[in-house]
Amino acid sequence: MHRNQMKAWLYLLPAILFLGFFMIYPLVDVIIYSMEEGYNSVAQTSFGTGFYNFSYVLHDPYFLQALKNTFILVAVTVPLSTGLALLVSLALSSIRKLRHLFQTVFFLPYVTNTLAVGLVFMILFKKTEYTDGMVNLLIHMFGGPTVDFIDGPYWAKMLVLCFYTVWIVLPFKILVLTSALASVNDEYYKAARLDGAGKARIFFKITLPSILPMLLYLIITGFIGAFKAYSDSVALFGTNLNAAGMNTIVGYVYDMLYGEGGGYPSYASAAALILFAIVLTITVINLLVSRRRMSQLM
Amino acid sequence: MTASQNNRDDRIRNTEIRLEKTAAERVLRVLTYALLVFWALVVLFPFYWMLITSIKSYGTYNNEYIPRFFAIPPTFQNYAEAFRAANLARYFLNTTIYTLLTTALMLAVIVLAAFAFARLHFRGKNVLFALFLSLMMIPNELVIITNFQTITSWGLRNTFTGLILPTVTSVFYIYLLKENFEAVPDQLYYAARVDGASDFRYLCRVLIPMCSPTLVTVTILKVIECWNAYVWPRLITDNEAYFLVSNGIQEIRENGFGRENVPAMMAAVVVISLPLIILFLVFRKKIMAGVARGGTKG
Repeated sequence: MHRNQMKAWLYLLPAILFLGFFMIYPLVDVIIYSMEEGYNSVAQTSFGTGFYNFSYVLHDPYFLQALKNTFILVAVTVPLSTGLALLVSLALSSIRKLRHLFQTVFFLPYVTNTLAVGLVFMILFKKTEYTDGMVNLLIHMFGGPTVDFIDGPYWAKMLVLCFYTVWIVLPFKILVLTSALASVNDEYYKAARLDGAGKARIFFKITLPSILPMLLYLIITGFIGAFKAYSDSVALFGTNLNAAGMNTIVGYVYDMLYGEGGGYPSYASAAALILFAIVLTITVINLLVSRRRMSQLM
Repeated sequence: MTASQNNRDDRIRNTEIRLEKTAAERVLRVLTYALLVFWALVVLFPFYWMLITSIKSYGTYNNEYIPRFFAIPPTFQNYAEAFRAANLARYFLNTTIYTLLTTALMLAVIVLAAFAFARLHFRGKNVLFALFLSLMMIPNELVIITNFQTITSWGLRNTFTGLILPTVTSVFYIYLLKENFEAVPDQLYYAARVDGASDFRYLCRVLIPMCSPTLVTVTILKVIECWNAYVWPRLITDNEAYFLVSNGIQEIRENGFGRENVPAMMAAVVVISLPLIILFLVFRKKIMAGVARGGTKG
């Protein structure tokens, strides 16, 4: 028995070592960092401990800009992408012809490199001296005014960022929802049709309650994912996101850590902990609300 | 009113209702396909645009104030340029090495850990497993700060070791695999033990082959993740000799080809996007099933 115990721990050793070094120790360390005031990475010294780093971050205009950008991104893309994914999945599951082809096409953004395709989006939306870009030509065709979406006004940049984010996250949501829709018991539909229920009634009484758990799962993971947005923004606006005014909370963390203006792990830690607190709060609220909804429907 | 007349009225009313229904259904059908085709175009257009731009010559591209939807005559010059001016081949090689090593190491670590949790008995197993599961909630952003400091202080910046180490373990995959291992009937284990097979032999000869679908899923997901990795490689490498494709494309965007050479940029994007797209088209069913089971993005 004793030998067996040893053996089990031996099997677990690699995982424990990796997790210990790169997950549990950092978790403790990030809290220590966030409390050390005036930490200097070169000298590895600090003045004292306290909450100064949090107060600094919360008063930093760059952080507040990042916070605002992230919240707008979350508020726009989570409902939009979930709604659109639901529509597309319903459309997909109502057809027979070409269904696999559409499914394959819709999934493509999932297997593309975010940075690489972001470059294509930049080219499509950008306005240069040589060309107004494809999107602006379309707008022009419909009689609208052209605008530089990459270096132009804030709303235009935000629009592209939201659009690109939706484009990137949709494949996963469509995939999850189509498989949820496919697993609804067919007998329910047959029974409802026999009773003469209309399409809308079938949707609200049968389809929606059946896929609701998956839908809620997507909303929660959607919130978490959108709060952690970063590489989409880099792909469109380049690495200097503060200058572009398009930074996100995660981007702020990395900028504080490394690169121009970097070298402040304490500020980075404080910002990361603030992000974690926000995400945790939103997730808990989500779970509470969805539990109530579920119990109402069931 | 006679009974037969009554009957006829009913029949007429029925056909009217049916006609109305089919008209409404036809409209719905058209709308459904319109939505699907529209989103398919939105998804495919960026891919089309990068392909078509990548085969336009530099001069042609810059002379088209209104970009054309075709390239005559097509040129493959840009691909040669992309490989010559940017270090594309190097980025490719680096990403391949990184992906293969990370995935292989991860598989070894998670298989061993999952086996210990699923099959071996030791004190504190349940507590440890609960601890592992709770680690799933920890976002990467929180631990990356210390990991960056750790790898830097170990002098592992700009090395494959530094790139790979912190991304080797995944608690979620351990969980997924453990569930799968547990589903294999106990009798097989005892039969193997009676035949004198060791635990390790049973793991290699029975469990791994039986659970290969899950292992394939995990492998695919990890490969996609590695191929698209951006944040960690950006923090840990500033020497171009160790850039992965994501960092390479960002480098090309900021400094490469003298900013305005968009066709060469697009050629680089095509080259970088191709491997995953080919992988996807070959293993379409496996990848989609795998992502539906254990993927997240966005």
